[in-house]
Amino acid sequence: MDQIIREKRDVVFHIRRYTPEKDREPRVVAYKVPVRQGMTVLEGLHYIKENLDQSLAWRYSCRMGVCGSCGMLLNGMPMLACNTQILDIATSALTLGPLPNFEIIRDLVPDLTPMLEKHRSVMPYIRREDEREINNPDGEYYQSPEDLESYLQFSFCIKCGCCMAACPTLATDLRYLGPMPLAQAYRYSNDTRDGSGRERSDVAGSAHGAFRCHYAGECSRACPKGVDPAKAIQHLKRQLVASYLRLGKGKKPCAKQGPPASAQRKPNIPEAPPHTVAR
Amino acid sequence: MRETKYWTWHMAAGVVIFVLLGLHMTTMHMGGLTGLFVSHPGEESIARVNSQARDGQLLFTAGYIILLGVALYHGLYGLRTILFELTLRPSTEKSVSVVLVILGLAFFGLGAWAAIAAHTAALVGRG
Repeated sequence: MDQIIREKRDVVFHIRRYTPEKDREPRVVAYKVPVRQGMTVLEGLHYIKENLDQSLAWRYSCRMGVCGSCGMLLNGMPMLACNTQILDIATSALTLGPLPNFEIIRDLVPDLTPMLEKHRSVMPYIRREDEREINNPDGEYYQSPEDLESYLQFSFCIKCGCCMAACPTLATDLRYLGPMPLAQAYRYSNDTRDGSGRERSDVAGSAHGAFRCHYAGECSRACPKGVDPAKAIQHLKRQLVASYLRLGKGKKPCAKQGPPASAQRKPNIPEAPPHTVAR
Repeated sequence: MRETKYWTWHMAAGVVIFVLLGLHMTTMHMGGLTGLFVSHPGEESIARVNSQARDGQLLFTAGYIILLGVALYHGLYGLRTILFELTLRPSTEKSVSVVLVILGLAFFGLGAWAAIAAHTAALVGRG
């Protein structure tokens, strides 16, 4: 069993830095950081910012692996800086860089706009034809635990871009939708509440869509939330082909359920207050 | 949905190639063992007499034309995929598709003409 290292140890952070207005090309700068057991890469970056170099730029927010802001390349692997302990991946030296397959805004800050635009293009939301119900819902869409299980893991995606950075297809084909948007296309297409017909399929099955995936599987390996985008893309391919060949029973969105007819309000629950804004 | 159609046919073409190419290999390289489609057992499978005998069969001519068609489609679609992965401009992608379709049809026409000509020649030689 590994001994717990209680004393501080110096780890050299080799950070790839780049300021588009100033630098012609990225350069690597080394910073010596005293590291203690349990310290995360994000904390190491804070140490550098506070004590060694105030000009260093990176993106972060929640510090607990939820927001997906601090995705970066650590020792050549796309990871979340807040979720990675320094001594888990380095003993004396650590290399840091911005996520590949994205333009660099500055230092460790990638421009995620293309990814988010691709994400928007797959319509990552529940779509139904009954517009009135969507805007003024007055019932529930029943979904069984099995229905939920079929897409649940893909809803854990935090859009950090680690899968996009790891994808070898995206490295050559910048117009390829990429693992995250395609996994989200599958997540919503597989949701029984969703009723979108061909619109999402047309985007997901386009010339730079699901069929360009070579199943390298790097996206699933890189995902810090344990999502398996490669699996979602293969399922999406099957779904698209089945829909083209008109195999299977076809997709019908689940029906709306009204309130239970036999239920009675408990006496100690007050009535809802009247609407303050006219509907 | 158009790309879904192309990809589905690409996969289906792969299966057809597997079957027809398997048949071709069996005929050409294992004829001595199986005796299948060998009209002159004393000769090699690839001998001219056996080859001419096969050319005279409609089944073989049709099989070769189908194999040519699916192989061309499978290969050229694969080439198109590789080229598309180089982040081409949409107009260039369209040009690549048009050129590959023209190339494919030209090769198919040439190959089909050769197979039909061999079939006709074999029938004339037999008569």
